Amino acid sequence: MKFRGKAHKFGDDVNTDYIISGKYKFKTLDMRELASHVMEDLDPDFARKVKPGDFIVAGKNFGCGSSREQAPLAIKYADVSAVLAKSFARIFYRNAINTGLPVVECDTDRIEAGDELEVDLEKGVIRNLTRGTEIAIKPLPGVMLRILSDGGLAAHFRKHGGFNLE
Amino acid sequence: MGQTIIEKILSAKSGRDVHAGEITVAAVDYIMGQDGTSPLAIRAFHDMNGRALFDPEKVALVIDHSAPSPNEGVSNLHSLMREFVRETGCRLYDVGDGVCHQLMLESGDIGPGRLVIGADSHTCTYGALNCFATGVGSTDLAAALISGRMWFKVPPTVRFVCHGTLPAGVYSKDLILYLIGQVTADGATYMAAEYTGEAIGALSMEARFTISNMAIEMGAKAGLMEADEKTFAWVRRFGDRAFTAVSADPDAEYARVLEFDVSSLEPQVAKPHRVDNVAPISEVAGRPIQEAVIGTCTNGRLEDLHIAAAILRGRKISRDVRFIVAPASRRIYLEAMADGTLADLVEAGAAVVTPGCGPCVGTHNGVPSDGEAVISTANRNFKGRMGNSKAEIYLASPATVSVSALTGVITDPRELVKQVKV
Repeated sequence: MKFRGKAHKFGDDVNTDYIISGKYKFKTLDMRELASHVMEDLDPDFARKVKPGDFIVAGKNFGCGSSREQAPLAIKYADVSAVLAKSFARIFYRNAINTGLPVVECDTDRIEAGDELEVDLEKGVIRNLTRGTEIAIKPLPGVMLRILSDGGLAAHFRKHGGFNLE
Repeated sequence: MGQTIIEKILSAKSGRDVHAGEITVAAVDYIMGQDGTSPLAIRAFHDMNGRALFDPEKVALVIDHSAPSPNEGVSNLHSLMREFVRETGCRLYDVGDGVCHQLMLESGDIGPGRLVIGADSHTCTYGALNCFATGVGSTDLAAALISGRMWFKVPPTVRFVCHGTLPAGVYSKDLILYLIGQVTADGATYMAAEYTGEAIGALSMEARFTISNMAIEMGAKAGLMEADEKTFAWVRRFGDRAFTAVSADPDAEYARVLEFDVSSLEPQVAKPHRVDNVAPISEVAGRPIQEAVIGTCTNGRLEDLHIAAAILRGRKISRDVRFIVAPASRRIYLEAMADGTLADLVEAGAAVVTPGCGPCVGTHNGVPSDGEAVISTANRNFKGRMGNSKAEIYLASPATVSVSALTGVITDPRELVKQVKV
């Protein structure tokens, strides 16, 4: 999996309420509708600015807070191709993999807002095309790679009739 | 090699000995979903070709986050849940029954040694009952509904040893806010937190739940405690299931051991907009507030309402404050009604709302207006959490919230608490 797009930068501890507010998520299962409010409390224009393939780039502990799976889904349905962060909160990280949103742990200090990036998940590298630099990706745990390569946990279950991780 | 509490529970549920860092697939004893997460889980269940639950007796769905429904979108999602319950035969807790976590604590099904997952991040609350309980997303929940199993990375444990005695007017809420302030919002990410020491042992179960509830606010996967006679008295009150205490081996390995003396702790407040933005009350006292909230899975229990009533009995809240009280469950609501607690609070100026999560998650029942400040007993103060990103939320104990409702400004409760002897 290889993605190319622009970096949209956020800080540390971006919580799930900021990703998609509780006031929207309880109302609907229409993820396109939720995607129109993604990151709204941090950047009211984000949903309009983001282009298909772009990246959310953040600091540490991205996705802390609630267990709402609407958070990775709202990001995915906003056509963001991957989230790059220094670290992720545990439940968000699982939810992202389960729903097929690539999450990448890496040193995001070397990426500025607006940088053009190419993320190569197979080779485990991010190419910062604006700055001509390369950033290594911390590899996904084996279990998560299996789930992601099956297309998410639902697809994994359909394929194997249950967990097939051990 | 010795094992921690969580390593022992995960070993028992995996059928093999596991230690921190290993990946394991374990059997789940109980599964809970609420109305913010269950609709997506039901969709994932069908997407996985799920037909039946692994065991309907071990599954409960709870309608609490927007209950009663504030609009037709939510109503339709609630209907979807009720239909799923009819089809699959699992347990439904409907509008008015209470907050999912309180209902699980009162179920009698959850106690020492159990492995519980819930599609809500505050599922870690039940760790105070000496079980491994953790929050998961909707797709993980669906996988467990079908298979009765869940994969886990066995977490390392960070041990919080709390010595001393909490001073009058200082509560378990102040202690957990202090600890979160110390280790920060990601201080225990990917880890199990274990709370121990005589300060924890001295607490009631209700006060212990407040601590385990907020383990997730330091990023932890679980907030565990040892079992003692209080633990067993609690589970016996709600059922007759047999539970066996799980304790760590003397040579168990911990990622970190942190020691604290709580004897001189001041009341603590989490300031906007982060739970780890914690200050002693002296730093924020005097800040005007327009709304005060007592309730939620953190502090909506009978003991919390008793503290509020003792402070507010015979007094009137500030005319500049709206005071919202949400008992955490129907049982608590009835008990507080029977012993006069609710009458005291309503007389003092409280608006009592349906047991549920509404005010805390911004769905209804007390959304603040632009520029307003709220003091709440909840567990999160993120910008927009209560439904308005232009409002500010302060988190504190029920005593601090009650006294602040009286004065209209954030107020140290210790003076009044001494007078009324809570």
